Amino acid sequence: MTSLIVLIPVALGLGLLGLGAFFWSLSSDQYEDLDGAAERMLEDDDEPKL
Amino acid sequence: MSCCVGPLPGLVASEVDRSKFNARVEELRHDARTLEDGTVNYVVSAPAIHCGVCISTIEKTLSQLPGVKHVRANLSLRRVSVTLVNSDQSPAPFVERLEKLGYSAQSLDEGSSTNDDRELRTLVRSLAVSGFAAANVMLLSVSVWSGAGPATTEVFHYLSALIAIPTVAYAGQVFFRSAAGALKHRRVNMDVPISLGITLATVMSLYESFMGAGHAYFDAAVSLIFFLLIGRTLDHVMRNKARNAVQSLARLSAKGGLVVLPDGSTSYQMLDAIRAGMILRVAPGERVPVDGTVIYGTSDVDRALVTGESIPVAVGRGASLEAGILTGSVDIRADREAKDSFLAEILQMMQAAETGQGQYVRIADRMARLYAPCVHVMALASFIGWMILTSGDWHQSITVAISVLIITCPCALGLAVPVAHVIAASRLSSIGVLMKDGSALERLADIDEVAFDKTGTLTTNLAVVDGSVIPSGKLAQVAKALCMRSVHPAAKALARSIDELPTQHIDDLHEIPGFGVEGLVDGRVARLGRLTWVTEIAVKTQGELPVEGLGFAMAGSPAFFLQLSEELRGGSIGTVQSFKSANVPTTILSGDAAKSVSAVAHLLAIEHYESELRPGDKLSYLQGRATQGQKVLMVGDGLNDAPALAAAHVSMAPASASDTGRQAADFVFTRDSLDAVWSAYDLAKAAQRIVKENFGLAILYNVIAVPLAVSGALNPLIAAVAMSSSSILVVANSMRLYLVHSRSSSVSRTPMVRNTLPSQEKAA
Repeated sequence: MTSLIVLIPVALGLGLLGLGAFFWSLSSDQYEDLDGAAERMLEDDDEPKL
Repeated sequence: MSCCVGPLPGLVASEVDRSKFNARVEELRHDARTLEDGTVNYVVSAPAIHCGVCISTIEKTLSQLPGVKHVRANLSLRRVSVTLVNSDQSPAPFVERLEKLGYSAQSLDEGSSTNDDRELRTLVRSLAVSGFAAANVMLLSVSVWSGAGPATTEVFHYLSALIAIPTVAYAGQVFFRSAAGALKHRRVNMDVPISLGITLATVMSLYESFMGAGHAYFDAAVSLIFFLLIGRTLDHVMRNKARNAVQSLARLSAKGGLVVLPDGSTSYQMLDAIRAGMILRVAPGERVPVDGTVIYGTSDVDRALVTGESIPVAVGRGASLEAGILTGSVDIRADREAKDSFLAEILQMMQAAETGQGQYVRIADRMARLYAPCVHVMALASFIGWMILTSGDWHQSITVAISVLIITCPCALGLAVPVAHVIAASRLSSIGVLMKDGSALERLADIDEVAFDKTGTLTTNLAVVDGSVIPSGKLAQVAKALCMRSVHPAAKALARSIDELPTQHIDDLHEIPGFGVEGLVDGRVARLGRLTWVTEIAVKTQGELPVEGLGFAMAGSPAFFLQLSEELRGGSIGTVQSFKSANVPTTILSGDAAKSVSAVAHLLAIEHYESELRPGDKLSYLQGRATQGQKVLMVGDGLNDAPALAAAHVSMAPASASDTGRQAADFVFTRDSLDAVWSAYDLAKAAQRIVKENFGLAILYNVIAVPLAVSGALNPLIAAVAMSSSSILVVANSMRLYLVHSRSSSVSRTPMVRNTLPSQEKAA
């Protein structure tokens, strides 16, 4: 029972963290162009590495 | 790089293109958004974007232009967002650069769904919150069900309440608002029993928790919200996607016109700034922006998209023009303002017609009208029954009544329609059909007549079907070169039939409306156009030439005669046959002349056709059908079909349709073949069947669960299991739609209409 006092808030806290992260990603327009993101990672960087 | 970069074919820097380009730039300017820091943001639609290379090409090239602060290409929406540093800058340089790269840039349609975006965001946020809550409350509930001690149970109930109450208050709003809206209009929709169930489950659980270790249904309340929100969100995403796709199709109509000022210079003005009496210059290939009278120049007018007439007519000074595509440059005097024009009249007709369509009640709401009173009466009956049986134990009676409402809360019913429709929409988009919303699919499933427009729908464009063959080599090259310089439909048709490259240089090219085009090749006159006019310069031959038709000749060569006729759209024969075998009669409603309509009707074996109809006539035909209780699917593309498309029970338009037609239609098909119409109908039928099965499953679940609730044997575990399993069953059943094979019609698809429609006047 005592372990629950620690574990349940931890579990809920982690869940809330995930929820917060999702909200942040939503508000920073990360879902605006899903197809584009998949293609962009295949592009080389502009500057050649020296 | 070759996949996407390259100049647009036929992009010649003439004065005409220049004025069109300026027009587009002005439109973009009109739509630009000035940001807080003084920069200006332009969002343009560039439908040609289709891969990662496109993105990087656009972003790299445009960001090097002076004054460009930020460029972002969006592959999903096929848009480019460009931020310029200074608000005085013209968007012209970047638009020009974009077009040089091969991406034509268009302004977005007005009112492009910022409202929808906000609604979707609310839905996704609610979904996230309810998902979080459902998972956590369910975890707590599982430990309660698996035999936690009374102290733990109590703590867990409080914890669940702590999570569930804010969730219901936040995520449940979607349903509460919709239910309140329905009740305000004295109607009942599915959201009424849903809202009632969720609220009562929460309130009762709260009461029980405080009274100590009763049954708590917090898990049922939040997982119900979660499941239902999945359906809602999917439904919304589907509609947004279709709308965006329709918007990104090329826009054809102008938002303004080129006004000729008294000093002879021209300036581009938006449509609402054009007043009666202004002089407008309309370039070849452009639309007439407002109704007007020709004061200078002559031209042929292609009215196919407007009236359905397949053959262009010649107009000169004094002729009045409403709308249509010109082949020559003319100046017109505006007779009326845009808001009183022919187009506006059509739009008014459409709006009036649409209110009729609004009376359609969606299947889920029809269901709710039966279902909601049913469960509410049942809850009341079990309350009264228990009051009598327990001789006045109101706590027990109310608990039973509420548990009846909780168990009948239509989770599976709420999913029954959206899930099936979302899957149907994805199937439809894979065959090139875009659906505007789910109710269209329901309406499509119960049609009992199909009305087709002719020009542009059953037939596509003119094609060379007969005549003499122009020998390859110089003659064919000259003919092709002449064709390429004209926007006349017949010239385009001939150009398609000649494989040679238009390598010959043509001097002194000019167009004589009503006759054709004429030019000089190495000093020899070449003519393409009306046969009698062409034979004037040709060498006489023994053979008899027909009087009418399209001809081509060079001075000193014999005349070549070509027979043109309308080409049937691919798949039209098969589609009509399929509808026939499904006992759905077909009709042609056309604005074209009786002769060409009857020819097409004969070819497609359509018995019933009406010709020379004005937009209002088509509308009244459909309204007449509607009053007889007939449900008609209207398939059409032109401006003249728009009111009919809006008035029909359900409507469909090809992607090549006029903007107005596309907007009015419930479905837009993007492939050339008319097969899409039948496939969509077939799929709509299948979806309807699945939806009905889903309703059956949901009701079956009620038949099993309700007696438990009425007898007072319900506990949260049974409620949770029954609710989830019925939802999963409904989703799984809807998945079967992926297995439905649309029977593509096996009837042969001959595209040509032979020896039928005599093409009369021809002027290239």
